[in-house]
Amino acid sequence: MSDGEIPGVTVVQAEIPEESAETPVPRPRRMTLNMGPQHPSTHGVLRLLLELDGETITSAQPDIGYLHTGIEKEFEVKNYQQGVTLTDRIDYLAPLSNNLCYCLAAEKLLGLEIPPMAQWQRVMLTELTRLNSHLVWLGTHAIDIGAMSVFLYCFREREDILRIFEMYSGQRMMTSYFRIGGLALEPPRGWQKRVRDFIDVFPSRVDEYEELLTNNRIWTGRTKGVGFISLEDMLDWGVTGPMLRAAGLRWDTRKTQPYSSYDKFDFEVPTRTENDVYARYLVRIEEMRQSARIIKQALEGMPEGRWAADAPHVVLPEREKMKTQMEALIYHFKIVTEGFAVPAGEVYQVIESPRGEVGYYMVSDGTAKPYRVHVRGPSFGNLQAIPEMVQGTLIADVIASIGSMDFVLGDSDR
Amino acid sequence: MTADELKTYPVAAALAEAEPDALVGGKFDREELTLEIAADQIVAACAYLKNEQKFVRLSTVTAVDRYPDEPRFEVVYHLHSPERNQRLRLKCRLGGGSPEIDSVTVVWRGANWYERETFDLFGIRFRNHPDLRRIMLPEDWEGHPLRKDYPVTGDRV
Repeated sequence: MSDGEIPGVTVVQAEIPEESAETPVPRPRRMTLNMGPQHPSTHGVLRLLLELDGETITSAQPDIGYLHTGIEKEFEVKNYQQGVTLTDRIDYLAPLSNNLCYCLAAEKLLGLEIPPMAQWQRVMLTELTRLNSHLVWLGTHAIDIGAMSVFLYCFREREDILRIFEMYSGQRMMTSYFRIGGLALEPPRGWQKRVRDFIDVFPSRVDEYEELLTNNRIWTGRTKGVGFISLEDMLDWGVTGPMLRAAGLRWDTRKTQPYSSYDKFDFEVPTRTENDVYARYLVRIEEMRQSARIIKQALEGMPEGRWAADAPHVVLPEREKMKTQMEALIYHFKIVTEGFAVPAGEVYQVIESPRGEVGYYMVSDGTAKPYRVHVRGPSFGNLQAIPEMVQGTLIADVIASIGSMDFVLGDSDR
Repeated sequence: MTADELKTYPVAAALAEAEPDALVGGKFDREELTLEIAADQIVAACAYLKNEQKFVRLSTVTAVDRYPDEPRFEVVYHLHSPERNQRLRLKCRLGGGSPEIDSVTVVWRGANWYERETFDLFGIRFRNHPDLRRIMLPEDWEGHPLRKDYPVTGDRV
């Protein structure tokens, strides 16, 4: 027995295949990763199909529709005023913006003139909605990137805003406070103090967020130079809102096609040119400061007057009048039982929501129910640009990139 | 609106000159201009409006079902030009049998999802679309819910 041999064991030489003359073609080592629809950083139910080469993304495919609720079909069986409640549920982080756009579209069809006080209240409340939406965005975006505490600060202020909404409408989120013809109720007693208490401290709270983030090295490291997509590509894909303004396009519907007396307010449209996640953050932070300015102006210059239009066939009569005037009672009965007929025609009303361009295309056939309502949600257009934006970047940057889009899936799926 | 009245609007006049077959009608109602385009000319009209008339943005694409009238469908495009600060609505009419129209994804890539949505909910096919699948509903869904003959409630028979 020689050294190295074990009794009873035969050593079999492994067969080594002869090297072929041709060099083997290296197969790409691609991995498909399914992100969502339950992933926390997709803010709802977005599903992303990522194809990865190592940690680099070679292709991304968004898959939506998990939150489709058939709202556009539902509009067709509700009368005009009932439709307002559906609009809250489209973009549930900016319900009042959707209320406003829907009401403006219907009012354009009706040719209604809204009294200044109602218009200013609408401006003030939609700007509070913008703050509300931006605060949720900032808090969750920061959590995604790893800054936990910002979330708690943001939700502290959001709570104040929701309390103001509750005071106005009895609801924290699904307010349905704007109605065709004006507001749902008279503004509550003491609203000035509540709004003033909030708006006096709010700018200093924005300073707090900025202290936590703006010069934070981890924050800048994760956001600067990330998520670039050219302005031409964005316009081509249908991206709107702060994304475009962070790429240098000074386009804000509140300025270019003012609605609901936005032209009477003094505010700036912030823009940046870096076109990355950090620039979008700075744009939204500045938008919060500008919204605070608008709210302050609305608070100080709030005109006197009625909170709903003088249109007895559209706006429900006051309770007192119903007891004394036959006509008021008849109108009340007619509005409640059959709604009001809207002249035939079609309009496309556009407003600037916190996320970008909201458009309501409303077709009337002259009856009390809309013939067709189509909602152009900003999230739908923004989401289309994801593949272009994340291709060739690292997987960790996907979280930052899609966070900077600030989409709401209810808004895109409807 | 007559053809001459329509030509008082610069966009309509320019389009009528550049693409004589495209413009078949239009109206100006509630401060909004609607141009009716021949369905087979939609790509040419959109390409002209985007490249020569600065309507660089396609805001949305959708449809309206006029059931039981014929032509049954209206495909509606909302264009926007930030530079001119103008909006424009284009409209094509399609018959109810098997509605088909050319896709404008060659003009705006962003038309992709809007056309998929219109296909999904109205059953209008877009020719030469790169990826014409359902977008909102599951792939095995039957019918197109935004059609007027699709019931809102009740059991599916």
